[in-house]
Amino acid sequence: MALTILQRLFQMLFVMFGISVLAFLIFFATPGADPAARIAGRNASPETVAAVRANFGLDRPLPIQYGLMMKRLFVTRDLTSFVNRGQRVIPQVLDAAPITLCLVVGAAFFWLVGGVVLGLLAAALRDSFIDKASMAIALVGVSIPAFWLGEVLNLVSQSRFHDTWLFAWVPALGYKPFWSDPWMWFKTLLIPWISLATLYIGLYGRVLRANLVEAYQEDFIRTARAKGLSPGRVLIKHALRTSLIPFITLFGLDFGALVGGQALLTEVVFGLNGIGRLTYQSLQTLDLPVILATVIYASFFVVMANALVDVVYVLIDPRVRGS
Amino acid sequence: MIPPVANPDPTDPILRVGGLTVSFATDRDPVTAIRDVSFDVNPGEILSIVGESGSGKTVSLLSILGLTDPRTTTTSGSVIFKGKRILELPDREMRRIRGREIALISQDPMTALTPVYTIGMQIAEQIRAHQSISRRGARKRAVELLGEVGLPNPSEMVDRFPHQLSGGMRQRAVIAMALSCNPALLVADEPTTALDVTVQAQVLDLLRRLRKDFGSSIILITHDMGVVGEMADRVLVMYAGRVVESGTAEQIFDDPWHPYTWGLLASIPPLRGPRPERLASISGTPPTPANLPPGCAFAPRCRFRFEPCSNPPPRYKDDGHTALCFIPPEDRPRLRATVLGGERSAA
Repeated sequence: MALTILQRLFQMLFVMFGISVLAFLIFFATPGADPAARIAGRNASPETVAAVRANFGLDRPLPIQYGLMMKRLFVTRDLTSFVNRGQRVIPQVLDAAPITLCLVVGAAFFWLVGGVVLGLLAAALRDSFIDKASMAIALVGVSIPAFWLGEVLNLVSQSRFHDTWLFAWVPALGYKPFWSDPWMWFKTLLIPWISLATLYIGLYGRVLRANLVEAYQEDFIRTARAKGLSPGRVLIKHALRTSLIPFITLFGLDFGALVGGQALLTEVVFGLNGIGRLTYQSLQTLDLPVILATVIYASFFVVMANALVDVVYVLIDPRVRGS
Repeated sequence: MIPPVANPDPTDPILRVGGLTVSFATDRDPVTAIRDVSFDVNPGEILSIVGESGSGKTVSLLSILGLTDPRTTTTSGSVIFKGKRILELPDREMRRIRGREIALISQDPMTALTPVYTIGMQIAEQIRAHQSISRRGARKRAVELLGEVGLPNPSEMVDRFPHQLSGGMRQRAVIAMALSCNPALLVADEPTTALDVTVQAQVLDLLRRLRKDFGSSIILITHDMGVVGEMADRVLVMYAGRVVESGTAEQIFDDPWHPYTWGLLASIPPLRGPRPERLASISGTPPTPANLPPGCAFAPRCRFRFEPCSNPPPRYKDDGHTALCFIPPEDRPRLRATVLGGERSAA
């Protein structure tokens, strides 16, 4: 089993290398576009462009360009953005990453717990009123755009009812670091978590319910019931465990994408300067070094989340382990 | 709490099924899949239920065990197990009987075990559901059971996952699980269908030994007349949700009454003599429960149908042998000879 995991980690490194090459080629070797001019920014003088070209080694062969770029990204970490007057790229990413991570990990906790509870409840009480009602609510949750829900929550908690006992505790928008005041950190993030998780609770609940209902057609569920086990034990031990695979696959994809910047809308609505926002801003100004850094960062989390999912597969399903 | 009552009289049937009728809700009208099925199972007896796929063998047993989906299935009739009506029992009490007093062996050992747990865990789970015994004790018992059903190296097998075992080994594990609480009644739903012929013989041997060693009664569902001939004390022939013929194994094999049974018997390949060009078959397909013919359900496929067959057939009875057919007793040997040849009708 350790070997399987080690193998998987090695594959992950390989995939990340491939992604970095691809991202580099897309940004720096696209025919017809001069990366030096892009990096120098709009209306840059020819002297600046020439300086950038020399500085980034863009006049040298492609493999060396790639090597130089990776060196500046990972080793010397002094890649600078020209649009923002020489601001360093890596600290920007490192400042934004924890904010996005806190947002997404917290929301993931809510949506995993919420999704499992909703799915189990709906499957256990199949065709009852509770099942139909919870699935209808889940559908509404799936359909609500995260930014709309966020804005409504903001409207309610920040302005309309802020002065009532219900929402007086809600702090102003923006991120507060965990280490300076954990309680404050929790309070600022609670509403963003709920708004981001709502969509996924509905989605995951429905997926899990469908898989559980399908599992109940299986022979081994009949065997479990014929053994005289209680309905709860059949549901949790036999049906849930075998229904979790699609749920976890979905989670790996969503989690990676969100940490990689897909939480943009939520970040913007709640004034959290995370990776999504950073990527968005750098795209607007065509800040190539920042885009390159955030793309590689995002790919790292997508690949990481998928590797983690594979490890979880190995843990929950012995058939994946190989004998 | 249901006390494990001893049978009042050891010769009383352990299971009495009377007028069992099962219907399923469909998009339109409810459809009756099992109609008026009655039979007894005596202590230590092997009762075989035969019939084509879809004849209702499995459904009738699942409904006896209360394993059908109550949202879509309605069951009526009476099922008396050890003197207790079990169809009416609340689920909580029925669970005490399921797995402990009546155990099920599923058709397909490939899918009957939960893939994510070791077979030892799954056997121990059943023991612990019915007895207060330590985790360790249950595991030890699981090892013993696996040894009893003839798995080599039981103390190692107990930690294997189902996908690491062959089909025959899995079926043994399933049987070991069914035996774990020494059930009085074992329900085996086509236990050999998914297995190789040599493994089939071993599993049938195992079932026979169980009956001998533990005195369990066994209901053996099958569509293989060869298995019936080898195992059964009594036979129930089902067609389209009804019992068309029932009797002891000798009665069914030596003096079958119903044309459907004749067809089943004619389809057994002969062991001696010249190999037939083609095996005999019953033409047509069985009706679905939704469009049963008004009279005898077998009439459309029956070579011997005559006018009365469009009415519900009577049940002939003689010395425990029954058949649901219009053919009068005196005509049977003559008609039967045209299907089965001369040698059988002499009996």
